[in-house]
Amino acid sequence: MISDYFLLAFKNLKHRGIRSWLTLLGILIGVMAVVALIGLGAGLKTAINSQFGVSSTELITVQAGGVTMGPPGSGAVNPMTTDDLRIISNVNNVNLAAGRNIGTLKMELRDGTINFASVGSLPKDKEERDFVYDSFGTEILDGFLLSGGEMNEVVIGYGYSVFSGEDYEIEVGDKILLNDESFKVKGVLAKTGSFIMDYLVLMNDEPLEDLLEYEDELSIILVKLRDKDLLDKTKFDIEKDLRKFRDVDVGDEDFVVSTPAASLKTVNSILDGIQIFIIIIALVSVFIGVIGIVNTMGTSVVERRKDIGIMKSIGARNSDIFWQFFIEAGILGFVGGLIGVILGTLVSVFGVYGINYQFGTELLPDINFFLIFISLSGSFCVGAIAGIVPAMNAANQNPVDALRG
Amino acid sequence: MEKNGKKRVIIELKNVFKHYSMGEDVLVKAVDGISIDIREGDFVAVMGPSGSGKSTCMNLIGSLDVPTKGQIFLDGVDISKLRESDLAQIRGKKIGFIFQSFNLIPNLTTLENVALPMMFQGIGFEERSSRAMGFLKLVELDGRENHYPNELSGGQRQRVAIARSLANEPEVLLADEPTGNLDSKTGKIVMDFLEKMNKDGRTIIMVTHDPDLAQAYADIVYWLKDGKVEKITRRKVGQKKLDKELVESIADSGVDGLRRPRESSHAEVLGKRDEVD
Repeated sequence: MISDYFLLAFKNLKHRGIRSWLTLLGILIGVMAVVALIGLGAGLKTAINSQFGVSSTELITVQAGGVTMGPPGSGAVNPMTTDDLRIISNVNNVNLAAGRNIGTLKMELRDGTINFASVGSLPKDKEERDFVYDSFGTEILDGFLLSGGEMNEVVIGYGYSVFSGEDYEIEVGDKILLNDESFKVKGVLAKTGSFIMDYLVLMNDEPLEDLLEYEDELSIILVKLRDKDLLDKTKFDIEKDLRKFRDVDVGDEDFVVSTPAASLKTVNSILDGIQIFIIIIALVSVFIGVIGIVNTMGTSVVERRKDIGIMKSIGARNSDIFWQFFIEAGILGFVGGLIGVILGTLVSVFGVYGINYQFGTELLPDINFFLIFISLSGSFCVGAIAGIVPAMNAANQNPVDALRG
Repeated sequence: MEKNGKKRVIIELKNVFKHYSMGEDVLVKAVDGISIDIREGDFVAVMGPSGSGKSTCMNLIGSLDVPTKGQIFLDGVDISKLRESDLAQIRGKKIGFIFQSFNLIPNLTTLENVALPMMFQGIGFEERSSRAMGFLKLVELDGRENHYPNELSGGQRQRVAIARSLANEPEVLLADEPTGNLDSKTGKIVMDFLEKMNKDGRTIIMVTHDPDLAQAYADIVYWLKDGKVEKITRRKVGQKKLDKELVESIADSGVDGLRRPRESSHAEVLGKRDEVD
């Protein structure tokens, strides 16, 4: 008998106008949002993490406080100096502390294109330089890394090798002008997917000092640990010593000590925010979808009043009429959910493909069949629940009145 | 087949009333104390002017409606006290409806329309489809089983409706102005099918305006007026048809407001196929 109700419901849905199907948009969008969100899953996280420059390396970074927008350390009120670096170096469990400077320079290319480029310094000491290279989490794509001592050579981020000017990309061996000084490109870094890292220019500390004259100031200090398990404790110790050295109270720090965990937390809270936002949109959509189905089913009951009368006259019980409309509403919801699942899956497949392309990762979309099953059955239930009141209306029609149409 | 008073009573109305209140103090006495016995195999015509209670009477016999007072026995069961779901089962099983405006479900094919009453009796898809095919063959519409109602002519639709009314092998067919929306030629085809059903032993109760139809097909004519039975005309034993002069004289003068519909009722048919009555 249940299959008969499905049969009748299908027949009736087949003859529905586009108007009825438009009411499915709500459920469609809701399901699509959830399926896409979960399908993208890890991919979304990777994308955001790399965009915010969170590397997996267990390092601590120290910057001056009061940082405004722009490259790290550039807007510091009371900048870090080599003295701070020395203090940090002496903290227990600190293996290595490397100071770097980052500044914005005018970059002029051979074809006359002018950009502004973020230029970061590399420490002179080999061990420190290797540590800084490590912290980038990337490798050399073409040419060579700077080995120290080069005065007129730079390494550029991947972004410049694919897009620098109108019809022009920088290659290894090209000459570029930075604040009117000529530099030769020695190497190109591999793609990271992060806008900051892919458009970075690296040069040795000495030439950058000549250009920016920052003397003993430092934009950022990278700290390498002896024992990675003592990350939090070391962070605490660095904060304590710096407070003492810079003579500030707890809560008034003019510096920021951050750990990957802290950065990850920030990023994850952003991600959570995005997810909550999408889920709210999904819920609102589903709610609108429910209203739509109630509406279209209600209209349908009025339009098919005569059919209801006919069916009753040929022996349909109230329950027969009820189930027929109930299931019809459920199928409406199911179709919305089905289209939503298909579109959501497409979005996650293409989204992950895009993330892989952008960040060079090899992620797979998270196609969760349990989730799909839940989405489809949930959509059916939501539709059917929306159909309860209209179906009861239909079932309770008086046969004589209904036959009159 | 001989028709006489000895056959089983299949429908019995015992002093049946149906009153509606319209507005605050207007009481409509649609059926006002009717007692009728209908025997198995009878071809009964119910006639009367508009507002005489014919339709209400049909709804009561068809168990679409319950009386305010009185009892209605269908095959020995008092249907005036049944719940809606039991009524639905009984009317699905025992009664076949044929309506003036055909009342086929537009979203279902011919075959599905005919099979629908069997579905409500819980008969499986295969069986009801093959049986529905048989009924379509009976009304000579095999080959049209996958057409939708709007692809059929009025006469064909009414034949589908007849096939549908036969679906659960009911003992009683209720026909409410079955030729009202048809021209006289297709009307006759439809009536001939009804007559055939009657010859096969089915009881037929037909509401009509048309004295000629009643005279040509019915064994008994109940003349209703103001919710009461005003006159009963029976075919005499041995007679093939009702006395034409008698029927016409009643139609002309005996019952107020009854039109001579020969000129009008069969006209303008094709234009108003699905009109609601």
